[in-house]
Amino acid sequence: MTLLEYFTSRLGMTVVAAPAVAVLGLGGLSLVGWPPSERIISRVIQSAVILGLISALAVLGVMLGFGLTHVPVEVGDWVHIPHYHFHIKFLYDRLSVPFVILTFLLCGTVGAFAARYMHREPGFTRFHLCYAIFVLGMVVTSLAGTIETLFMGWELVGLSSALLVAFFHERAAPPRNGLRVWIVYRVSDAALLLAAIAMHHLHGHGDFDELLGANSWPDGVSHLTDWQTLVVGGLLLLAAAGKSALVPFSSWLPRAMEGPTPSSAVFYGALSVHLGAFLLLRFSPLLDASPLLRVAVVSVGLVTAVFAAIAVRVQTDIKSDLSFASLIQVALIVVEIGLGLRYLALVHILGHGCFRTLQFLRAPSLLQDYRTLENALGEKPATRPAGARDWIYRFALERGYLDAILTEYIARPVVRLFEACDRWERAYGRWLSKGGQPPSQPESNSLLED
Amino acid sequence: MPELHLPLIEAAILFPLIAALIVSQVKRPDVARRWSLIASCLALACTTFAWQDFLGLGVPIAHDHWNLTERLIGQDIFAIDYLTAPLLPSVSLLFVLTILSTLRTKIRRFSFAWTLLAMSLTQATLCCQDSWGIISLLALSTVPPYFELKSRGKSTRIYVIHMAAFVGLMVFGQACRSFEGNQTQASLCSSVPLLMAALIRCGVAPVHVWLTDLYENATFGTALLYTTPLCGAYAIVHLVLPSAPGWVLQWLGLLSLITAVYAAGMAMVQKDVRRFFSYLFLSQSSLVLVGLESVSQVGLTGGLCVWASVVLALSGCGLTLRALESRFGHFELRQYRGLYEHVPSLAVCFLLTGLGSVGFPGTIGFVGTEILIDGVVGTYPHVGMLLIMAAALNGIAIMRAYFLLFTGTRHVSSVSLRVSLPERLSVLTLAALILGGGFVPQPGIHMSSNAAEEIISARPHDPSTHQVDDTGHESA
Repeated sequence: MTLLEYFTSRLGMTVVAAPAVAVLGLGGLSLVGWPPSERIISRVIQSAVILGLISALAVLGVMLGFGLTHVPVEVGDWVHIPHYHFHIKFLYDRLSVPFVILTFLLCGTVGAFAARYMHREPGFTRFHLCYAIFVLGMVVTSLAGTIETLFMGWELVGLSSALLVAFFHERAAPPRNGLRVWIVYRVSDAALLLAAIAMHHLHGHGDFDELLGANSWPDGVSHLTDWQTLVVGGLLLLAAAGKSALVPFSSWLPRAMEGPTPSSAVFYGALSVHLGAFLLLRFSPLLDASPLLRVAVVSVGLVTAVFAAIAVRVQTDIKSDLSFASLIQVALIVVEIGLGLRYLALVHILGHGCFRTLQFLRAPSLLQDYRTLENALGEKPATRPAGARDWIYRFALERGYLDAILTEYIARPVVRLFEACDRWERAYGRWLSKGGQPPSQPESNSLLED
Repeated sequence: MPELHLPLIEAAILFPLIAALIVSQVKRPDVARRWSLIASCLALACTTFAWQDFLGLGVPIAHDHWNLTERLIGQDIFAIDYLTAPLLPSVSLLFVLTILSTLRTKIRRFSFAWTLLAMSLTQATLCCQDSWGIISLLALSTVPPYFELKSRGKSTRIYVIHMAAFVGLMVFGQACRSFEGNQTQASLCSSVPLLMAALIRCGVAPVHVWLTDLYENATFGTALLYTTPLCGAYAIVHLVLPSAPGWVLQWLGLLSLITAVYAAGMAMVQKDVRRFFSYLFLSQSSLVLVGLESVSQVGLTGGLCVWASVVLALSGCGLTLRALESRFGHFELRQYRGLYEHVPSLAVCFLLTGLGSVGFPGTIGFVGTEILIDGVVGTYPHVGMLLIMAAALNGIAIMRAYFLLFTGTRHVSSVSLRVSLPERLSVLTLAALILGGGFVPQPGIHMSSNAAEEIISARPHDPSTHQVDDTGHESA
């Protein structure tokens, strides 16, 4: 190992280690019952983000200085047994470096905002612990060099999202919406895991360098056959659709706005909502190998963009409005990926993330903005498009009925089936015990309550 | 045969047994609890030292030093190997934590004597290498829950029917196997009864009703201690796997896979907290069986790792629910409870243990579940996908229960509900093990891999078994 490689490797490890240490520190102290003060918590988060950002910038500097476009950082085998090893590797290339720098920049900004916004909130520690987990998850996902590593980060992001949506514990709506978000994320996780397993068994590798060739992003080449590409790519598209709230999973995005504004900003305005697009960008060589897959990606993107553009017109609260506005842009990014415009998609992600974060953070002061605007205009601006047909209006108001469709035609039949099984089992148990005290029957189903 | 430096295995069995006799004569529950705690801690120390001693020896199996059992019954049936070495301290720890976290309000209802007897029997079962010995011990271990159900005035019919069938089939199957002599592969006559017995004890659908019944009617602690060590899986490893034909294992695997998905779905819709846990356990324990049945190095290793996560993480989840029950009584998952504010430690513990049991990254179950899925998909590419579905459903069930129990409303209480020091100790111990096993998984996985190798080497070559071609895959 040359000195340069050693130096880059240490810097690369610091990028991941900084948020990991923050998670372990805050989590450990909270678990033993010694939660640190607000100031210490904020400083820990800020220090981790700044250290990570400086290290990431240093890696970028080294890459630019030495003309490198592909810097793998090997951590080694986390687990190694005969016929199996779990390899951890981080990859610094033209996709991951901008994304991880964006992550640190926005997380640092929003973290500083949250330290004031959440001041004296009872769940201050909980919020920041979830936030630190989110940062770690984003960094791991961005830099993952193997699909297993990516999956780890992917799951961490999902858990922190669901917990932060349900942050305000004392009301029923946040946890209910948090559960909805979690359910969609689990579907997405399952699809990603299936894709990972399929890749291993079709190709024998989970390492992106092996899977997509040694060329740096975006010049990789898929070695899978047509139908294999279609299967794996289809699963990845499903995973991306779940994570980025593309149709038919779009309904969770406005629900996710139950969380505190800082988390909404960084999760659903800037970073988390772009993870699906990031996944598609990472595996974009697969799209090149299958025109059918590209058509599917473009179609999903277009349908989502149209749907979100209609739905955004009738939203009555600013966060939902911004969430659908985000969705339009994410969908356009997906279309760009499908069309093979990868650099454009990457730049679009970076620009949109920054812009939307600013909008979300300014959302609490929107009334003030409106008053200023109204005073300047001299009259109230129109909030409803004139001449819109009623059915489009209703369609938009009901958010395309996507929530109802998923609930009625997918979730409810499954839940009813298992509830019926439960009733049969209870009846069988009563019959078998003959005289045992039967437990009461279920009355409502909180899984589908809304 | 290699020996440990001290008779640690027999001591781990005898300490709780002797303590059970003493405690049964003690009238005061707090004294009984103290005795139980001391005895179980001694057993835990013995099993931990036995594990370390065994690792130091570097052999695949080791017996006790002075062979007390051999002097008593003429045969040394207890030994420690790669499978049982980490399992014994885990199970001992589970008993210690259960006794430790039993609150004063509940110590009159919880039978410490039966618990210690169950501990002794469970430890003895898990280190017994003799087939008839395992059968006898498994049969004996069905007794404490029966008496508890009786003493609580609950119907024992479901439990008795299933356990009688279990013991009867096991005895019949092993008797047939004994008559077959040295045949390397068991006949239909012995395989099928042994398989059915194993299915009943493990609670594989459709013979799982006893398990939910036990959770509903026995004390939570007893049900937890009877089921979570997965003695049924141990019986499969020793009685079924070494000689069962390939098709028997395939049936076992298929039924276990269906049970894993079915139970995960059932856990998702339960309104009763105990039934929720029983189905969650059922789903996870079925995953262990799926791994055992795959009879590939990777699949078996994954199954054994999930076994460890069931014993530690899922049991921890059960202990958390038990601690909640001690405060709020038997409750249901019908409405939001909002308990986070009062018991944040238990909330975190529930989330950590629950997600750990379903294989969340950074916890003990993560790598095990990954290995299991990889191994099973290697054996059965099409049905192996069901495992992922089961894991996803279990994750949803855990989060749903978490939100219902700890969030959604503001719980008002006139008394303090904070966790006691012993409970906090239990939570921290479990968290350390779950996260420690998650961040540094290699030692545990290595032991499981060695155990898997031993199990495979004990099986005769069977061309009808669908063996996975592991060598073709670099990793998973």
